[in-house]
Amino acid sequence: MDFSYTQEQKMLQESVQKFVQKSYDFDTRNKIMASERGYSEENWQLFAELGWLTVTFSEADGGLGGSAVDLILMMDEFGKAMLVEPFIPTTVLGGGLISALGSAQQKAEFIPQIMEGRLQLACAYAEPSSRYNPGSVATTAKVDGDSVTIDGIKIAVLNGSNANKLLVVARESGARTDREGISVFMVDADAPGVSIQAFTNIDGKMSAQVSFEAVEVTVAARLGVAGGAIGALETVIDRATVAVCAEATGALEAMLQKTVEYSKVRKQFGTPIGTFQALQHRMVDMFIECQMARSIIIRAAMKLDSSDDEIEKARVVSAAKSRLGKAIRKVSQEAIQIHGGIGMTDELDVGHLFKCVTALAMMFGNIDYHTARFAEL
Amino acid sequence: MNADFTAEELAFEGEVREFLSSEFPSEYRNKADANIRLSKDELVNWQKILYRKGWAAPNWPQEYGGTGWSATQNYIFATEMGLIGAPEPVPFGMKMVAPVIMAYGSDEQKQRFLPDILESNVWWCQGYSEPNAGSDLASLKMSAVRDGDDYIVNGSKTWNTLGQYADWIFCLVRTDNSVKKQEGISFLLIDMHSAGVSLKPIYLLDGYPEVNEIFFDEVRVPAKNLIGEENKGWTYAKLLLTHERTNISGVPRGKRRLRALKQIASDTDDGFGSNMMGSSMFKNKLAEAEIELQALEYVELRTLAALSVGKAPGPESSILKIVGTELAQKMDELFVELAAYNCLPFLPEQFEDGFQGNSVGPGTAASSALVYFNNRKLSIFGGSNEIQRNIISKAVLGL
Repeated sequence: MDFSYTQEQKMLQESVQKFVQKSYDFDTRNKIMASERGYSEENWQLFAELGWLTVTFSEADGGLGGSAVDLILMMDEFGKAMLVEPFIPTTVLGGGLISALGSAQQKAEFIPQIMEGRLQLACAYAEPSSRYNPGSVATTAKVDGDSVTIDGIKIAVLNGSNANKLLVVARESGARTDREGISVFMVDADAPGVSIQAFTNIDGKMSAQVSFEAVEVTVAARLGVAGGAIGALETVIDRATVAVCAEATGALEAMLQKTVEYSKVRKQFGTPIGTFQALQHRMVDMFIECQMARSIIIRAAMKLDSSDDEIEKARVVSAAKSRLGKAIRKVSQEAIQIHGGIGMTDELDVGHLFKCVTALAMMFGNIDYHTARFAEL
Repeated sequence: MNADFTAEELAFEGEVREFLSSEFPSEYRNKADANIRLSKDELVNWQKILYRKGWAAPNWPQEYGGTGWSATQNYIFATEMGLIGAPEPVPFGMKMVAPVIMAYGSDEQKQRFLPDILESNVWWCQGYSEPNAGSDLASLKMSAVRDGDDYIVNGSKTWNTLGQYADWIFCLVRTDNSVKKQEGISFLLIDMHSAGVSLKPIYLLDGYPEVNEIFFDEVRVPAKNLIGEENKGWTYAKLLLTHERTNISGVPRGKRRLRALKQIASDTDDGFGSNMMGSSMFKNKLAEAEIELQALEYVELRTLAALSVGKAPGPESSILKIVGTELAQKMDELFVELAAYNCLPFLPEQFEDGFQGNSVGPGTAASSALVYFNNRKLSIFGGSNEIQRNIISKAVLGL
């Protein structure tokens, strides 16, 4: 048994740590969020140079190997720094779908562009009534010979306003919640009929609501076989779920650390508030939650890398997200409470960490969704 | 033992209900339902409607223009207001400074300040907390030094709610540094328009500057604005804190929000072809909240029964604050759960008065995260829940 990182993994971790410590402090992040695109293109190019955009791809696709452990060690550091660059939408979701479903030609065309930082992607799967179920798809794709017409509305499209291409999940046949009949199409973001309403999310990341009105593509824009995308879509979303769990774990540990530090310097009644046993025990509970979170996410990543059993892989992911949801609630709420009023303000990073993990708690499914999925799988 | 209202109380309940349904402007009601804040003018206007009815100050004695209602009538009134989403009076004048002026102010101060509070002509705000004096309020530092007929005031106050609207502020100030910290504090009324007063908004996590830091730089305050005796302010402040802890359980508002949760759950797709009321996991959580609300309501009724036979609100009222705020925060989580991705976009402006853009998400969904963020304050302000637990621990359990 050995839970230590390999030499390569340590180097990757150090490279990410060095970047966020040197170039991603709270003020810098605020400036990036206020910029027009809502993320730094300069950072993105740096990520490409550092090889980070290759991490999620297999060696066959020209990537670093696509290990889940590699992914979580990066996301962990991103979470601590509340990184807003669109790593998950472009590489994990977009790149993941192309990698899982794309033809040799599609992969050869797009994956190098992603790894070189030249292509931004967004995955448009969630809908106003789909909640967290990727198999609930009301958006339609009507095929007529060579041409496909797409109609529907997508919400929570991460990176939607900055993507060059949208990976649109649409239904070719069947009823709204049928597992069969779902396909993924690559659509240019500026195609006629695509309207994109951009937002900054509560966690500072860019997102969009996208509507498709009689958007025309050709069948060549489809990834994989007609109507057969659900399995790959779920696998890719599971991978992204592990990524947000790791991101949240990093953010929670940052909150714990900041809270403990604050309790040592904030004095009330003539003594640091950290000397009160009532608060000490609560910070100990925060620490326990962080350890539980870190352990279950490591478990999930290791199983994803070692298991061939699709059901088992789905179960470890849902277990991790369900448990993370509990840890997020406990640690983030206590961090604000122990900080008191100052934790409620926009000026302090702990409040922004709170907003980040609130978003991560629901991203790709909340506690109830994943607990139920775990029970049913 | 019975928890029934008498025939007179039931008739009163009917009267309140009828008045509110005809006089609480439907426009304000719609805003309350849509989670949109009422403006200063709207809050004042509503308060003046209550004033014209003679119901502006339920907690005041009749001699000052209060209603003279019994504790039960006050409870009925607060309940009916909460159920339809009518805002309670802005507390700083009506519920905080007024009782202190009544108890410790001079006749001249009573005549000068109370009628304008009753008629809502003047907006008051609170100057208690300071950057280094929060839960440990008595360690406050803002100084007032006597100079002829005036005090010269220097220092700052923080977590001041809605001071941007205020005409006057009541402050705890330090007038003696040489004694035990509680014994050198005075209670001073300061005109916000005085030279040397400035205000810096503090934006909270929901993007709204609900609170301020207020700075006092060589502010001259007439000594006649001192309440009671110099260095007795801590005693007066404690009276105010007792009043702050009444009507804090939020049971009526909780009932209203529970109703909204059930409605939204029925209207929210579960992603599998049913709705969220069909989810047993979610329904159980709603049931737990409802059960908690029922227990809390009876804690409040039992406290009320003690009050009606003349007992002062005791340290037990801390229970109402702790359970009421933590239950409200639990409900915030349920709203966020229902809203799901619809509350991810950060759109505080959508819930400001007069928003003209495209609304995002169904109903109030997009405000759910904002409310969740904002309401983290509930367990922090008004004496944090840790301080409330200390009160019960010392004063009730004798630990």
